[in-house]
Amino acid sequence: MYPVAALPPSSAAEHDDTAIIIDHVDKHFGNVHALRDLSAEIHYGRLTGLVGPDGAGKTTLMRILTGLLVPDAGHATLAGFDVVANNDAIHVVSGYMPQRFGLYEDLTVMENMHLYAQLRGMDAGRHIDLFTKLLDFTRLAPFTGRLAGKLSGGMKQKLGLACALMARPRVLLLDEPSVGVDPVSRQDLWRMVQALTGEGMAVVWSTAYLDEAERCDSVLLLNEGRLAFAGPPGELTGRLKGRSFRLEAVGAQRRAVLAEALDLDTIGDGVIQGAGVRVVLRAGAGPEKIQALAGRVGARLTPVPARFEDAFIDLLGGGPGGTSALAERLSPVELTSDIAVSCHNLTKRFGDFIATDNVSFKVHKGEIFGLLGPNGAGKSTTFKMLCGLLKPTGGEAHVVGLDLRRAPGIAKAQLGYMAQKFSLYGLLSVRQNLEFSAGVYGLDSTTQRERIEEMIRIFDLHDWLSAAPDSLPLGHKQRLALACALMHHPPVLFLDEPTSGVDPITRREFWTHINGLARKGVTIMVTTHFMDEAEYCDRVAMLYRARLIALDTPDVLKRDAASADRPDPTMEDAFIHLVETSALTDEVKI
Amino acid sequence: MKSASGQEKSIVVRRFDPARFVALVRKESLQAMRDPSTLLIALVLPLILLFLFAYAVSLDVRHVRIGVVLESPGATARTLADAFSGTHYLDVTFAYDRREVAGKLIAGELRGYVVIPQNFERHFADTGSPLVQIITDGSQPNTANFVANYAQGVVQTWMASLTETMPMPAVQLEPRYWFNPELASRRALVPGAIAIIMTIIGTLLTALVVAREWERGTMEAILSTPASVLEILVGKLLPYFVLGMLSTLIAAALAVFLFNVPLRGSLFALLVLSAVFMMPALGQGLLISSLARNQFLASQLALFSGYLPAFMLSGFLFEIDAMPALIRAITWLIPARYFVSSLKTIFLAGDVWSVFLPDLLGMATIGLIFFLIAQRYTRKSLE
Repeated sequence: MYPVAALPPSSAAEHDDTAIIIDHVDKHFGNVHALRDLSAEIHYGRLTGLVGPDGAGKTTLMRILTGLLVPDAGHATLAGFDVVANNDAIHVVSGYMPQRFGLYEDLTVMENMHLYAQLRGMDAGRHIDLFTKLLDFTRLAPFTGRLAGKLSGGMKQKLGLACALMARPRVLLLDEPSVGVDPVSRQDLWRMVQALTGEGMAVVWSTAYLDEAERCDSVLLLNEGRLAFAGPPGELTGRLKGRSFRLEAVGAQRRAVLAEALDLDTIGDGVIQGAGVRVVLRAGAGPEKIQALAGRVGARLTPVPARFEDAFIDLLGGGPGGTSALAERLSPVELTSDIAVSCHNLTKRFGDFIATDNVSFKVHKGEIFGLLGPNGAGKSTTFKMLCGLLKPTGGEAHVVGLDLRRAPGIAKAQLGYMAQKFSLYGLLSVRQNLEFSAGVYGLDSTTQRERIEEMIRIFDLHDWLSAAPDSLPLGHKQRLALACALMHHPPVLFLDEPTSGVDPITRREFWTHINGLARKGVTIMVTTHFMDEAEYCDRVAMLYRARLIALDTPDVLKRDAASADRPDPTMEDAFIHLVETSALTDEVKI
Repeated sequence: MKSASGQEKSIVVRRFDPARFVALVRKESLQAMRDPSTLLIALVLPLILLFLFAYAVSLDVRHVRIGVVLESPGATARTLADAFSGTHYLDVTFAYDRREVAGKLIAGELRGYVVIPQNFERHFADTGSPLVQIITDGSQPNTANFVANYAQGVVQTWMASLTETMPMPAVQLEPRYWFNPELASRRALVPGAIAIIMTIIGTLLTALVVAREWERGTMEAILSTPASVLEILVGKLLPYFVLGMLSTLIAAALAVFLFNVPLRGSLFALLVLSAVFMMPALGQGLLISSLARNQFLASQLALFSGYLPAFMLSGFLFEIDAMPALIRAITWLIPARYFVSSLKTIFLAGDVWSVFLPDLLGMATIGLIFFLIAQRYTRKSLE
């Protein structure tokens, strides 16, 4: 498919297929120890996943391998060249796609490609075949005259890939290429890199999505700058053989069952999966206790194949317990109506652009309701209209029966909001952040004092009160953000991408709290682009290109996507299936 | 450790490759032309500044509003009062009671007033010298001085006209101002404004466009190609150099044809001076961009280290000779100082190479220093 064979493999590659050698590499940024004594190898002809949560050191390693950062200690060679001593050669033999879209948004697709071709010493006139093949390969041919800034997330990544491939590199380094890309385009990217490795290229794909690891030939798993595992993903999941189970069809009690299961000493990890609960036994533990629990709630316990994420949590020593100290303290929510949030024909236009197109749904009290969709699908816009941050162009939205248009102030007092990236005040201390949110919701001073003390106790923030939020460990930071959003005990909680950039353990703790809140009758509205997180939701609204393309329970959505060769589809499969059947795949549509 | 270094081939990348350079220049030019804010800063802002300096800013004192209070009813006093209205430097409001004008002075409507008192006639007849009181608004010292001096001048001229029989003094002083005979401040300001405009384009625009590459993440992608730092930076400077020269030509044309400022020197010398001034201007922009990797910080640094000194310390607005010694010493570090001195010369005097050459040397030296420091700090790495 792609003319990479034009580059003869280096003489070494004939008897040694090592593309990259990382040898005791260490890197600091100030006090942050980004990489700790890392050693690994990456091979030609394989897709190597560089996997780990945000902050694990993936980007730092990528930048060292492309010669953009110099390691503090240790060495790295790429295609036989030392990344420091032979820096120039690195830039010739490697293609690199940075995490952020690195192309010029005010140049067209073709102009960007020409620029990169010329920087790589290639002439468009003499390399027409290369251009044609790249355009064909990336399916960008119809868009050559479009400004790069006007491309969709998926097309941008494909253009980035085309430019990185301009070098005819022997090693291709892709830093989080699937971020901001809808599942359909992501499939396309996988197809492309698989074709490239098939022709002998070494491709490194970094990702924070642990499920992507399973698609790689080989994985380097990073955690806090250390190599936690290296090898084929199957080898790691193989260690967990026989330890993953699912309690089927638990239904309405699933949150209670999960909490109980996580409090068992034999269970290391557990998540909700639609109507079921998926658990992982600790190493050496027997299934008796969980079997007993299953028997008590009348659920069937079935063994399921281990996932990469199970293995990762296991490597880190298991997730947190199942009881939320927060929810324990909360009194149950009483509402006059069963409908907590509703919207009818909600529409938002920005000039010619329709961000939300006629969206209607009703959310019940105590429900966890997910808004799911790729970046740019309109979930943030819809979300902001529902919590009164944006004025709709048409239609209406209600929160606990209050019209957001007529009584935005009273309605807003009924909801808690946790913004993306937590949005804490960096210049205020932890205590001052708590005091501010108590004050801003207009609590009287006695209540303020009580609530603040309560939050400090529940979330164990005593030792951090005078610290700056940014100096907190991620888990504590998330607790603080949640504490601030819940200070006024709102009956409805809005969470905007609450777990993006958060490691799996912190995510588990977060969901423990959210599950606890839901059991107390708090209605939770959550947006996420982690497809598997949608499993925690009671119902999921799938948004794509401003429209609501599906609204149902996760199990029904998945069941609809099931086929003979895919009997147990994931939420991502369900999403792709929906997009394909809604005939919106055509990227020509603007 | 397995080693793949045994068969290391050498790949040599040229420091400067014309094809890569052309590609980078082309890219930068396309971006500059497509970005409305670039064109705004490069072409529209200079026009606004030039009009501002030519019309709104004036260091000349003309039509100063003063009051003349004629308390004396005599005919002699009236001729003195008439003498005040005979000059276009003053706009006179007449009154017969000082209470009428005192309020206006406090309200800022008048800059001062002259009182011709009740006993003026008698005093003049007795002593032969006129008795007048001059009251000025001390909150604007320059204007106050001017009013006081000018009022005295009017009185003296009036005296002279009364005593025409007096012998002419042996030496008649007739002042003549070279280069700017009417002492029109516009003639000195407009050439200087070109230096300010060039500083904005060279320093501010350059600092902004490089910072933008860091901010948008495009620098990281470019750095991962074989392009060298030299190519990337020079490729960035060249289009802005051209833009700066274009701006100079436009500003010079406006100065000559619209504001009637004479260009007594040659166009060639003007272009040489401008081109050399672009060195420190661009160099400073580059230096800022190597220190500040976001546009906000870059623009603040450019304003405080480039624009303000060029405005205050270049001799454009405030005369360097009138500054305290320490500040005067600092002005030697401001590239715009040399450019303003040469610009004033070329517009108002002509091609005086004995002025230009030291100025050119000064600008080139500072420019070179900026480039050397910038090169030291801009490495091909992300740290």
